[in-house]
Amino acid sequence: MRGVPQLLSRAKHIRVGFSASEPVLAIQAGILQPDKFTQTFVQIRGLKSSKVISQAPLTAVDIADSGKQLKQELEAIVGPGNVSSGESVVLQHGQDEGPHPGKSPDIVVFPSSTEEVSEVCKICTRHNVPIIPYGTGTGLEGGISAVEGGVCVNVSKNMNKILQIHQEDFSAVVQPGISREMLNQEVRADGLWFPVDPGADASVCGMCATGASGTNAVRYGTMKENCLNLEVVLADGRIIHTAGIGSRPKKSSAGYNLTSLFLGSEGTLGIITSATVCLHAIPESVAAAVVGFPTVQNAVDTVVMTLQCSVPMARMELLDEVQMKACNEYSGLSYPETPHLFLEFHGSESEVESQTETVRDIAADNEGGEFQWAVQQEDRTKLWTARHRAYYADIALRPGCRSLTTDVCVPVSALPDLVTATKADIAEHGLIGPMVGHVGDGNFHTMLLFDPADPEEFRKCKEVANKMARSAIALGGTCTGEHGVGQGKMALLEEQFGKDGIDVMRKIKGALDPQQLMNPGKIFSRK
Amino acid sequence: MALKVLVGCKRVIDYAVKIRIKPDKLGVVTEGVKHSMNPFDEIAVEEAMRMKERKLVNEIIVVSCGPAQAMETIRTALAMGADRGIHVEIPLDQMDTFQPLHVSKVLAKLAEKEKVDIVMLGKLAIDDDSNQTAQMTASLLDWPQGVFASKIDKTDAGLEIIREVDGGLETIRTTLPAVLSADLRLNEPRYATLPNIMKAKKKKVDKMTPADLGVDMAPRIQIVSVEDPPVREAGQTVADVDDLVAKLKEKGFSSA
Repeated sequence: MRGVPQLLSRAKHIRVGFSASEPVLAIQAGILQPDKFTQTFVQIRGLKSSKVISQAPLTAVDIADSGKQLKQELEAIVGPGNVSSGESVVLQHGQDEGPHPGKSPDIVVFPSSTEEVSEVCKICTRHNVPIIPYGTGTGLEGGISAVEGGVCVNVSKNMNKILQIHQEDFSAVVQPGISREMLNQEVRADGLWFPVDPGADASVCGMCATGASGTNAVRYGTMKENCLNLEVVLADGRIIHTAGIGSRPKKSSAGYNLTSLFLGSEGTLGIITSATVCLHAIPESVAAAVVGFPTVQNAVDTVVMTLQCSVPMARMELLDEVQMKACNEYSGLSYPETPHLFLEFHGSESEVESQTETVRDIAADNEGGEFQWAVQQEDRTKLWTARHRAYYADIALRPGCRSLTTDVCVPVSALPDLVTATKADIAEHGLIGPMVGHVGDGNFHTMLLFDPADPEEFRKCKEVANKMARSAIALGGTCTGEHGVGQGKMALLEEQFGKDGIDVMRKIKGALDPQQLMNPGKIFSRK
Repeated sequence: MALKVLVGCKRVIDYAVKIRIKPDKLGVVTEGVKHSMNPFDEIAVEEAMRMKERKLVNEIIVVSCGPAQAMETIRTALAMGADRGIHVEIPLDQMDTFQPLHVSKVLAKLAEKEKVDIVMLGKLAIDDDSNQTAQMTASLLDWPQGVFASKIDKTDAGLEIIREVDGGLETIRTTLPAVLSADLRLNEPRYATLPNIMKAKKKKVDKMTPADLGVDMAPRIQIVSVEDPPVREAGQTVADVDDLVAKLKEKGFSSA
């Protein structure tokens, strides 16, 4: 029975029994969901002979029993109020904010400490049940979808403290329940802020798991540049600290860079239970500016020249003409419907003034239109309204539609060509796809709108998205700049890394998660 | 003719904190709980700063009444750009009965002592929601009041203020000196930056007690009890509209 050991390895529950009448080892394997079960007997190495004694499906009671047993053990650790398999609870915990329909886990647990998370993992390992970490559910790539069922570990509900703030060292240690806006609210009185801003009010630990970035990355870096240490619980319950226990120096040459390994691992290597992140000084002066251009090329040329002049831009966002039209309609603005750059300058008053002057000149040299700028908080907010509400403006273009938000990143020089080719592709497929880009990083997003009731339209969106990602890879870029691979881009990953690259990832995963329990079905396939 | 502004700031429980009632049911738990400057007072300080930047104001004095921790609030205001501070010390055990009337008396005395042209306050504090201090201070000083201000401009004769009222916006003109209170849409306050926080440490803060100002601290009210709002009851699912109507009739919500 050659296929059997593999079948057994996918089984989520294994019971071993001994027959009283004969000296045989009987193994029953079942899967947690009552409508799917399988049973098999396995040749035991060492036994002189073995034979199939009987084959019968596990009864529903058996399955229910094993599920009940798991639930009881979990309740003993986190408390009965913190374990749920209620329909709406599991539904919520399987669906993120992206367009891919998510699969619900079987059980959701709400641990209150790292130790509880560790015990939960030990139990799941013993029962051979998948483990899916859950932060705020604001991801876009189906990262939390429980494709093989299992236990969703919601680490944000009860683990929501800021453990330490070190003003003079510019760092903070937070639990998964702390979102970036909560962290900012806490530290602003000290003149500090946490600059990684992916748009959503995501869990900071969740942002570590996806390697998140945002509009400020061009100056302040992504999560990767702003994380000093992670406390991680592995599948078997062991707790490790990726940069050292309690360590938070600005740099270190000690050991393998495990922090980098877990950053962006999307819950496939362990559960992040606390993160030590970098804080920055709130800039003394902030100015915002908006300027339009006849073509995307003009806008990108402005960006490239600005970077070459070493202007320390804080934000450089490109909105294409389709996006500007959407913003005008949604927010009642009257920008010309051409590509626009939304800019933000940080520094002392004199620095900001001179930076603004420099960029104003560069923009003018590149056929830039009217250069609007503001310093006062409310005026800046008004200027940036268009960019902030971009997503909702897009959805409003076709009420009832959803958006497949793409996310590719290429070297900045390759951006104009890719953007032009993508826009042509979108038009060819008859889709609406407004575009927003973190131009300073060469990262852009298109919001491909589709009717959820029209699978053909969704298919077209996927086609455009895939083509874009593959072009990005071919241009020396990456298929995902910030959102992560999740489920949707697994095939693209192999194209980007090649077979050997993915194999190394598989080996690492195998070493840390031999039972393949941590968030299965994400980033890359088992084989 | 540059004006002098006295801004009042109150240290309150941070708006994001989940409030818990004390076991003696006479107040809320404040120990170990995060506090910050009353958001409307931040707006008041910001407005004073903007008037200073427009050269309408040449000195901003910030005052806070409270226990030792009120100094944090004063330092925050100084970090936002106020020039100097006054800490009116109130012992912690007297804070529960220290009411808007007492604050108004303190502010009125300080306004006269410092010869200010504008007393600028937040429209209300988010812990007691009283919305009384600005009005009572104006009355004690016999000064005009511009409360719920959403825009403040200087005119030759004094001030022109746009106020947020139930029906919309009301424009009034007052002479100076005047008492103003800041509403939400007056401005978006700046954040205190590290260089300014450092500078604030060197700014002067005077300390005094209400007695020094001749203010009688005797309470005029007594807190009888503080209770949680009633716990929300579980809802009932109904099968269809007929069931809903039947249930409504049953509970006496509908006679038809």
